[in-house]
Formats: sequence, C-alpha cells, structure tokens
Amino acid sequence: MSNELEYLSRRVAAGKLNRRDFLGRAAALGVTATFANSLLASAAKAEGPVKGGILRAGMQGGAATDSLDPASWSSQVPYFFGRQWGEQLVQISPEGEPKPALAEEWGASDDAKTWTFKIRKGVQFHNGQEMTPADVVATIERHSDEKAKSGALGLMGGIASVKADGQNVIFELKDANADLPFLLDDYHLMIQPNGGKDKPDAGIGTGPYKITVNEAGVRLGGEKFANYWRDDRGFADQIEIIVINDATARTSALQGGQVDIINRVEPKIVELIKRVPGVVIRNVAGRGHYVFIAHCNTAPFDNNDLRLALKYALDREEMLQKILMGYGSVGNDTPINKAYPLFTEMEQRKFDPDKAAFHYKKSGHSGSVLLRTSDVAFPGAVDAAQLYQQSAAKAGITLEVKREPGDGYWSEVWNKQPFSASYWGGRPTQDQMYSTAYYSKAEWNDTRFQREDFDKMLFAARSELDPEKRKKIYADMGQIVRDEGGVITPMFNDFIDATSAKVGGWVDDGNQEMMGGYALSKCWLNA
Amino acid sequence: MSNPILKLIAQRIALGLLLLLAVSVLIFAGTQILPGDVAQSILGQSATPQALANLREELGLNAPAYVRYFRWLGGVLTGDLGTALSSRQDIATAIGGRLWNTLFLAFWAAIVSIPLAIILGLLAVRYRNGWIDKTISGLALASTSLPEFFVGYLLVYFFAVKWQIFPGISTVYDGMPFLERMKAIALPATALTLVVLAHMMRMTRAAILNVMQSAYIETAELKGLSPFEIIRKHAFPNAIAPVINVVMLNLAFLIVGVVVIEVIFVYPGMGQYLVDHVAKRDVPVVQAVGLIFAAVYIGLNIIADIAAIVANPRLRHPK
Repeated sequence: MSNELEYLSRRVAAGKLNRRDFLGRAAALGVTATFANSLLASAAKAEGPVKGGILRAGMQGGAATDSLDPASWSSQVPYFFGRQWGEQLVQISPEGEPKPALAEEWGASDDAKTWTFKIRKGVQFHNGQEMTPADVVATIERHSDEKAKSGALGLMGGIASVKADGQNVIFELKDANADLPFLLDDYHLMIQPNGGKDKPDAGIGTGPYKITVNEAGVRLGGEKFANYWRDDRGFADQIEIIVINDATARTSALQGGQVDIINRVEPKIVELIKRVPGVVIRNVAGRGHYVFIAHCNTAPFDNNDLRLALKYALDREEMLQKILMGYGSVGNDTPINKAYPLFTEMEQRKFDPDKAAFHYKKSGHSGSVLLRTSDVAFPGAVDAAQLYQQSAAKAGITLEVKREPGDGYWSEVWNKQPFSASYWGGRPTQDQMYSTAYYSKAEWNDTRFQREDFDKMLFAARSELDPEKRKKIYADMGQIVRDEGGVITPMFNDFIDATSAKVGGWVDDGNQEMMGGYALSKCWLNA
Repeated sequence: MSNPILKLIAQRIALGLLLLLAVSVLIFAGTQILPGDVAQSILGQSATPQALANLREELGLNAPAYVRYFRWLGGVLTGDLGTALSSRQDIATAIGGRLWNTLFLAFWAAIVSIPLAIILGLLAVRYRNGWIDKTISGLALASTSLPEFFVGYLLVYFFAVKWQIFPGISTVYDGMPFLERMKAIALPATALTLVVLAHMMRMTRAAILNVMQSAYIETAELKGLSPFEIIRKHAFPNAIAPVINVVMLNLAFLIVGVVVIEVIFVYPGMGQYLVDHVAKRDVPVVQAVGLIFAAVYIGLNIIADIAAIVANPRLRHPK
C-alpha cells in the first residue's frame, strides 16, 4: 500500500478528510474503488486503542542538569516525563475543565475559602504503597516550604493550612479562590510518597508508567505500571523520551522512524514537513502569546494615547503570517484568548495607520521610540520588531529597534527597560494570568499596569463562584487591559508537534504542547 | 635505548605535568572571574541575604581564593572532583560514563580515519600529480571545507532518512549490545572521519614528498627499488615525526572538540555535558571537565613529542 493512501485513509478515520475526497484521491492514485473502500474500513477499525509496543518521543528542552525532583522542574522534558509517571489531584481536560484524578470529587464552602477534596482509594504508588490523604498533605506542605525551592511556591502562597480528615483533604485559604482545582493541576504538585520529604528525587509516583531509565538530558524511559488504577491511558508497554535539542535532528529522527512523536516543529518548516509521507503535523491553539510590553508608568509610555498609537500601528495579520506562517491567531492587546475558560469575545483591534497617527499626534510625543528586542524574546522577535518598525512608519511613528544580546535579556532588559519584546506561556485560568502579570503588586507585572479598580475586580472575580458573574467581570477587565494597558499583543502561537502516521489516539489539547503533556500516556501505536 | 633519550622523555613528561598545573590555575582563575556569584546563581530570584550567607558558608566560598584553589586541587589529585551544584550528583561518577562514551566514539573514528588517511597519503605520493592524487586531495579537501554540521546533516539525510540504513540519532546507553552500539555510532564516526581525514592525509603527503627530494631516495631509485618499496622503506620512516604530530592533534580534536557532532547526532558525550553545565553556571563541573580536556590535550602532545624523539635516529643514536 502506498504511504500516501495509508495516510489518507487515516485522515478519513480521524475525521479530517471526507470519504468522497478520499475515494477521489484513491482513484487518482490508480486504486479501484473496492480496494479503497476496504482500506477505509481497516483504517476505521484501527482507530480503537492498540495495546503494547514501545512509544517514543524526541523532545527539545532537556539537559544533563535535570533532576527527578518535581519541585525543581522548569523545562519541557522533566515536566513532560513527570506527566507520565506522576499524577496530581486534578487534571485539566483537553477542553480546559478540571477533571478528577487522584481526587475523586471536591467542593468549596460558599465563601470559596474552604475546599474539601475526597482522595481516591486504592491507588498505588510504584513502590507498592497505597496513596493516602497523608501523602497529599505532605506534598502540599513540601511545596509550600521555602527550603524546597519549589516552582509552585507562588501558587502555594494563598493556602493557609491543609489537613487530612478521614479520606478527605481540607484546604483553608487566606483569601477566597474559586480556581483552586486549576491550581492543583500544576505539574510540580504531583503526589509523592510522604510528599517527597524523604527523598524528593526518588521518582516514585502513581502514573501509568514507572521509571526504568533516567539519564538526565539523554534518555528517559518507563514501563507500564501493572497496578495502575485507570484503563483509559497507558496503552504502550514502554515509553521512551530521547532528548533531541537540535530541531533538524528532531525532525529527521521522526522521518527516520526512530521516534514517533516530536515537539516544537518550527513554523517555517511546517509546510515542508507536511509533504513528508508518514508524518502528521499536530498543531493546536494554546494560551502562549508574544508581546511588546510598554511600561505604563514610564515616559513616554505613561501617556495612553501613545500606547493606543502603538497598538493601532501594529499589523497583527502580517506578523502572524510572516513570523508564525499562520500557525497561531492574532492577539487583541490582552493576554487572554478563546482557549481560556470564561472568555468573552471583544472587537478585534486592526492595523489602522490613520487612528495611530491621530493618537500619536494627540499624545504630543515627538522623536523616535526605542524598542528593545532579542533572538530569545520569542522565536522571530528580531524580524517581528522590524515588521513593527515598518508598519509604524506608515503611521508616521519612528520606531528605533535595538537588538539586545540573548544572554542576560531576561535579567537586564525584560521587566527592566520601558519598551521591549517578550513572550508569555499562558496560564490555565484568567485569574492566574492576570494575577501573575497584571496585578499591581505582582513581581512580574512587566507592563507596570497598576490600577486599584482593576485589582478589586481581580479579587472579586476570584472569590465569585457563579460562572456567569465571573465571566462578566473578566470581560470588563479584558476591556480595560485592551484599551488602557501597556501590553501590545501581536499574536498567540500554536503548539506545533508532529507524529508518525502510526500514532493513534491523538486529541487536540491546548493546555500545553504534546497533548497537554499526556501524549505518551494517551496515545498508542497502530500496527 | 641510551640514557639521553630517557632523560629527554622524562623532561617532556615533567614539563607536561607543570603545564597541566599551570592550566589548572588558569581554569580556576577563569571560573572565578565569570560574572555572577555561584550562590546567587543557585538561589536565583528567591535569594535572601540570609540564604546567600548560609549557602556561601556551606560551599566554602568565604575562604580566600588560594585556599579554595588548593582544596580543589587536593580533591582532584585524590580523585574527588566534588559535587555538581545543579543535580547534587558526584561529578566523577557522572563524568565517567560521558567520558567513556566520548572515548568510544573517538576510538572508532580514529581507528578508521588514521590508517585511511595515511594510506591515502601514501597513494597520493606514489601517484603524485596524477589523477589519483588529485582526486584524493580534492575529495579530502572538500570534506574538510564543509562545516561539520553540514556533513552531519548530509549523512543523516541520506543514511537515516532516505535509505534508513543507520539511525540518525545516536543515543547510546549502558548495557547496549556491542553491535547495536556500533550501528548507533556509525554516522557520527563517519562524520568525524570526514572532518579529520584531509588534515592528516595532506600532512602525510607533504611530509613524504619533502623526504622524496633527498639524495638517498635517488640512490634507492638507482638501485632499482619499486616506488612503493622506496616510500615504505626509506621515505615514510623518515617522515613519521610530523605525521605523528598531526595525528595526535586530530586525536585530541576527536576527544575535546566534537560538541557540534554530539548535538546533531544526540550523542551523550562530554561536550554536551559541558555545555549543559556552563548554561547553569555549574562551576565545579565546568572546572572538572576543563581540567580533563586540558589533560587529554597535553597528554597527547607529550606522546607526539616522545614519538618524534624516538623516531628520530639522530636522537636515538647520539654521537
């Protein structure tokens, strides 16, 4: 069977190509209709989970310095491996809903300050111990302890106390928070025996795969945990992650069949990869976005007309096409897009040289505006700054682009200089995104957007349990940031992964790249 | 073997050790000058003055630099390279595996490239200025002129993607069967061979050609020896010193200079290990790897020196 035909039949089975088109293409390849129909039937049958085999991923984002201690994770590979061998109380579904994992169910008091999570019974750790509410409490305690230097420490700040009560674990919060279940999906917070207090990097979790190979920065591997508690994941007998930081090597490893899934396909080569038989591009809209940030409290950016002028002077559509090759969506000068829960659509801001010139004139500013950029700000940031320079010139605004060295950009330029390029990875909820970067007192408020009324709305939304009312507050907040904030958002970038055509079970999941981090647990290999 | 030659060799070795000591001072001083304080870079944003002071104490950073240097040197001499700051693992153990991988790849690249280079060099001399000579020189020069990453990508494209004969990524691990390991390193070893081949080949050719001008070669021709016999018996032995020198230089490159090839083929060797730790400002690891690389370089150069001495009849049989 030709590769192309096989590929097409899978596309039909996955619902990405209709039957008529398939038969047409098959005829063009010189195949009889009967044979083509039988092909289709076998492809459809093959779409059920297939057990066994070894599923391999080739990934960017690992180094020899990686550790198995979840508290220390900040890069892609340890995070992704962790999603396969460990689990949290809650897991966010591909649709963005918190779903039960190690907690069976949960509920909040009316003031959203006391939360009770019922811990699942009969779940085993890889060392044979049963997971208990005490382990959950210990895990939360460890990540709240400053000494553990956990990446989740910031999330733990709002928790006043946590204690076990029978099969339940009760969280007392300092301030009301309707989003607690979302926070508990954080990858650092995987439940470890005694919270990992005895040996943080023991690598014992409750996930579908237990660790068999741990060569940091080289190769990581796991085998199916025989006593795993659920049957909708963990189809392959073994999984393997090979760290391939070089983009070309990663693509060729997929083409050569040495790995089945890769992350971070560069937008500029996606069209080329698409033509390779046996390879499928898997792109999904995420919450990550690229930004130009202006400090709202520093001249000349403390003038809202100047900020508006800069917002209207940006050709988002052009930038999306030229920098991301269309693999993304245009931004609307807020950090929020439709991938967030409780999102409300706003009027899309467009490139408008006349309005830009109007606001520029009104601002009274004269002379050039200095924009700092760097290769590390986001992929293509230097080119993007030059595009911005050209579109701004059409509105009579002179942007001076300064290219800064990558080493030191995050310590010396970002969050220090008044106008620079940067990126955000996105957060699971609007509350987290705004709290991290738009709350007056937030350390990472990189636009120096400080407004009391906005802060009040943020707290009001956080403690509001009624989704309709929350949605309304978030819509108002989005409007304020869009029209008065210091963030200029050209675009949201897609996560672009690729798999071999043999990989089944892939669903689009915009929470993170690699199917929200669950690609090796939820996919299988068709024979 | 007479005494003077032993004395010369002893001198070389002593010089080498002295040089290594000097390099260790340089490495230590260099890592001290690096911007940023070690304790600060470990703690990052969450650094409080108290935590910084505690960590400095724990790491012994409060002692004067020369005291720290001798502590470090003492540790190195007793085989204790310290603990990595980032992963808290024993450096000697971690480096052991990586060093073995690097040596394994370098060994097989050398086994192929050195004899090949010398034989090609001899052939080029035998048929000098003919088409064989020109073809060999041309191809060798071409393979050297291409940047190594390009050679690597070409090999991957044809052998791993198109024909799928060899794997394009060379991840090796403990307990991997020997044949599989050989298959895994086939492409990186080939790429390295292509990179170092021309240098050695050209040097062999030049050194022998130089000798071929001598009067005794003419004598050998006149007594009726075949061209190959002349090269083998009279020219090559007298040209061996520069050839050994260039071979050793390339061997050193194969061990310490292959980080690009390691990245392209995802080979877990020393280069990638070093780069990862430089990025995290993991100073003890950087120092240890730097010292090992220096030792390899100096050691191979001493061997080259000694070989040149031993190969020189004038030094071997002093009047």
